[in-house]
Amino acid sequence: MTTFDFDFLRRLLKERSGLVLSADKEYLVESRLLPVARRRGLAGLSDLVQKLKAPGAGGLLAEVVEAMTTNETFFLRDKVPFDHFRQSIMPALLGARENRRRIRIWCAAASTGQEPYSLAMCLKEMGDKIAGWRFEIIATDLSTEVLEKAKIGLYSQFEVQRGLPIQMLLRHFTQTGDSWQISPDIRAMVQYRALNLLEDFSSLGAYDLVFCRNVLIYFDQPTKIDILERIKRVVEPDGFLVLGAAETVVGLTDAFKPVHDQRGVYAPQASPTVTRGADTPFARLDMPATARLAAAMGAR
Amino acid sequence: MKTCLLVDDSSVIRKVARRILEGLSFEISEAEDGEKALFVCQRALPDAVLLDWNMPRMDGYQFLRALRRMPGGDQPKVVFCTTENDVAQIARALHAGADEYIMKPFDKDIVTAKFQEIGLV
Repeated sequence: MTTFDFDFLRRLLKERSGLVLSADKEYLVESRLLPVARRRGLAGLSDLVQKLKAPGAGGLLAEVVEAMTTNETFFLRDKVPFDHFRQSIMPALLGARENRRRIRIWCAAASTGQEPYSLAMCLKEMGDKIAGWRFEIIATDLSTEVLEKAKIGLYSQFEVQRGLPIQMLLRHFTQTGDSWQISPDIRAMVQYRALNLLEDFSSLGAYDLVFCRNVLIYFDQPTKIDILERIKRVVEPDGFLVLGAAETVVGLTDAFKPVHDQRGVYAPQASPTVTRGADTPFARLDMPATARLAAAMGAR
Repeated sequence: MKTCLLVDDSSVIRKVARRILEGLSFEISEAEDGEKALFVCQRALPDAVLLDWNMPRMDGYQFLRALRRMPGGDQPKVVFCTTENDVAQIARALHAGADEYIMKPFDKDIVTAKFQEIGLV
């Protein structure tokens, strides 16, 4: 691949998906896009670039974006965010939503479904504590291809072993030959939609919890800030945002504030207009979310 | 340093597992069947056992039952690592006292995730 071709693909991917590729990611482009070129009967990446420049390349462009933005994912990936979800976020939300008895969760980079299904399984395992409650898990991803796989909920033996405890595998999956099928009740808890985080997502409604893990790392700083500030507009004031281990809001935006002792968990920061009259507006108005978390943890 | 006993009649599997678990800072001992593994455990109980199912002399299931009856034998975390991948076998292993279950073939990510799950990584 020539430098010119690589630069063209970098610009194209940044424009269409927000994906930022540093100059050392040529190998990544080659490993992801050579299979696309082969499928299309093209000799190599230079031919692929020529096709992308030609009129009517929409289908190929979508395929290229999908190939570059599809990332490996595990069930219960990184474990800690799901411990926080079970042990502190959910108890806090159950307390705060006692009257409404309805909780909305958005998985903003659902990929092949492991994350939303992990959340659904965690909820299912709460048993009687959530009896009579209604949960909506909206799972979105840029790639329609991965969403199709997610909807089917059929995983290889390799995929189910990555992060999923064997007891949970037996409880929530059925063995189908060499594959494992997620149970219909878990599958029914998740709704999938194609969504580009660069585009307006205000129509999704309001959420009590947003999981947006391991996606911001691919964006440049202004895009990260823009996405975080738009996420804030769809998170309830006493809701939560969970980011990936390598991601943070610190130094980017005041829209969210880290929750003490809950690595990766953030609470929306009240806007200055709402804090009128307060001496230390942010500290005071952050109290509900953090205090509820502390109370939930203390109650364990 | 935590200790792990690898029990498998395949030297290739033991070698691969050794490389992965040494990378996770385990001190490794090996046995090629259940009988030899039991002998190792009688001298010193490891923190973890990575256990094959089908082996000559004493298989993994028999070893696990014998281990769990030994004084202190409830302590080691036992992870089955086997080609016996159907639900009935998995359920049988868990019923006999296995803590986790790895279906062969496996890779570093899977072993790491399972050892994290049992609290040893």
